[in-house]
Amino acid sequence: MKKPSHFELFQTFLTIGAISFGGGVVAYLRDALVRRKQWIDDKEFLELTSISNTLPGLNATNMAILAGDRLGGVVGSVAAMLGMCLPAFVFMTAAGVVYGSHVDRPLVDAALRGVAAAATGLIAATWFQIGKKSLKGFYDAFFVLAAVLLVNHFKLSVPIVLLIVGALAIYTYRPKRQEEPPHATEEQWIKSLG
Amino acid sequence: MDQISGLARVFSYLSFLTIGGGMAAFPEMKSLVVGTYHWLNEEQLVHVYSVGQMSPGPNMMMVAEVGYLVAGFLGATIAALAFFVPTGILTFGVGRLWQRLANWPWRDSIQRGLGPVAIGMAVAGLITFGKGAIHGWLTLAVAFAVFYATVKTRINPALLILSGAAVGVIGLR
Repeated sequence: MKKPSHFELFQTFLTIGAISFGGGVVAYLRDALVRRKQWIDDKEFLELTSISNTLPGLNATNMAILAGDRLGGVVGSVAAMLGMCLPAFVFMTAAGVVYGSHVDRPLVDAALRGVAAAATGLIAATWFQIGKKSLKGFYDAFFVLAAVLLVNHFKLSVPIVLLIVGALAIYTYRPKRQEEPPHATEEQWIKSLG
Repeated sequence: MDQISGLARVFSYLSFLTIGGGMAAFPEMKSLVVGTYHWLNEEQLVHVYSVGQMSPGPNMMMVAEVGYLVAGFLGATIAALAFFVPTGILTFGVGRLWQRLANWPWRDSIQRGLGPVAIGMAVAGLITFGKGAIHGWLTLAVAFAVFYATVKTRINPALLILSGAAVGVIGLR
């Protein structure tokens, strides 16, 4: 597999950053990096997604940083990140210009009420699908419920809930202890040697 | 100038709460943007967040729109940099360490444990969001229709959101 130039990296991520309307950036990335350009293989791509999922930050930008670094070091990482972010930055700033100007306010607000309702359904569907695939067993259900109750019912702040439920979950899935070497019998054996 | 440093502080802080995606940070974003700083009201924040769902690339670039509404183009730039650079540096560092962490037994524990936590935080965020987005039967019907279409078909989500806008223009004035 040959390594792309920094400009090629920027171009590739800029394209994905510009066409991935409606989310699902990871699917676009896999299609470009693994299937079409063949810069990384599926195994490495999966590794990058699992790093990206574990860390704060969005999948789109975390993946750009990680893949950019693997393919072009620090500069590659910055190039990929910039490419991924620029179109969205232009899109959302333009949305701000429109929203902040004196356009037909009741019309825009009505449209946005519909957009917000649709976004609620869309985000719910996304997490429903992730949950159906990845939640397993009593503990997982418990952690989901605990997070929801602590945030929405007990009104604890997000960082507090993340710390409490996060620590509890990591502890629940803590590394299994290695089998202890049989000290007792070893000692007896040494003693038995006199 | 106060607004600019406020944007930098708020959005760099919020970025570290986005475990599993932006929705996890929404309740905290609401309490800071709407409550503490009064930059937007709840309906405006829900609207700006929703427009972010239509954007290509990272949908949390909606922070740039908040920044723009607070302090113009400089505000948009600062909000975006604050939100994406600090966690970006963290990701870069961990990415480089990752191979070396392969033998660290807690690596798998953290990955396994944070999965359900991320889902829980997203659902909690979505409930907060939904309270601002769902008012009355028509918005509820739109949300259910989009949910159903997303789960059952492969239609592009951006189209579904645009259909939501059309329903809004016709029925929610």
